Amino acid sequence: MTRHRQTIAVLALLGWFVALYLWLHALGVGGELKCGTGGCDTVQTSRWAEFLGVPVAFYGVVGYAAILAVALMGLQPAWLERRGPTVLLAALATGGVLFSGWLTYLEVFIIQAICRWCVTSAAIMTVLWGVAVHEWAVGRTHPRPTA
Amino acid sequence: MNRFYVMLGTLAVAFCGLLIYLLKTNPAAPRAATEAPVAVLDDGFRGDTLGSNAAPVEIAEYSDFECPYCANFATIQMPTIKDQLIATGKVRWRYRDFPLPGHKYSRYAAHAAQCAGEQGKFWEMHDQLFYHHSWAQTGRNPTSMFRDFARAAGLDLARYDACMESGRFASRIEVSRREGEQRLVDGTPTFFVNGVKFTGPRPTSDAFKAIVDSLTARRK
Repeated sequence: MTRHRQTIAVLALLGWFVALYLWLHALGVGGELKCGTGGCDTVQTSRWAEFLGVPVAFYGVVGYAAILAVALMGLQPAWLERRGPTVLLAALATGGVLFSGWLTYLEVFIIQAICRWCVTSAAIMTVLWGVAVHEWAVGRTHPRPTA
Repeated sequence: MNRFYVMLGTLAVAFCGLLIYLLKTNPAAPRAATEAPVAVLDDGFRGDTLGSNAAPVEIAEYSDFECPYCANFATIQMPTIKDQLIATGKVRWRYRDFPLPGHKYSRYAAHAAQCAGEQGKFWEMHDQLFYHHSWAQTGRNPTSMFRDFARAAGLDLARYDACMESGRFASRIEVSRREGEQRLVDGTPTFFVNGVKFTGPRPTSDAFKAIVDSLTARRK
């Protein structure tokens, strides 16, 4: 349980910085994205770069921050043996991986340009989801007190 | 547990440093290719053309790659004009640069197109710049997008990079702009059909077809 949540916290921190970089770029801070190709700018300037009027990266900043907060809370002695953080982490990660999957689909099939930072974020979220689901599955076979 | 928090804090500090580095190291577009040259030398170049040299009608277009009307014209009207007038040998199309002063990256885009032209791919780059016009709507440095366009247009990127860095076509673009000024170009796109300024209400493929048909009928 501890190892899972520690891993999730590290991945969420990494993902948060990636999303923060993309969000700051969307706000016009720092200029050109370090991408290696122009794919990042193509994606960032496409009509899909915003969702409900907000830069897509902002949802990443909020999502990763929420996951990090829950993982750190779940590492506190009072929550360590409880199942609440496990379920919440699995739910947040599932939402994150679905959102990332949709964005990756848009990049590959609609925008037809690859943003390496977006792919990095999607990969982080996928690994994070795997760890979160594994923790949840282990918890089901070895039940612990509920929150 | 404490070791974990020390490690997490160290990672956070490292990521912060990396983020600041990424945000601060932002290569600017080369000034030589983005600004009007101090000294202007006319190399005799008078624009890239499409169509037969024997075509009875020549249409010269003064255009700005950052201008949204020019992008609309290039993507909506130009395909029909290519099919009906250029491919049929009736028209030779000449592209002239007329970068407007309010457009930050017009000269840079024009320079990218000239660098593509140096490799025989002007029209491929022209289409890349107009068909993916989102670069012109953000005000952000489009260097990496233009490199992507260059790659998509099939350019040798090393030669393209060297050309952009040198800014060697800046004079050529300025000569074209001054020529437009002398011909009283007051906006983009502006067209001249056999040297006569097009003053119709809207520059559409139908409007140009009507003019070309009337000119070619007179010659028969």
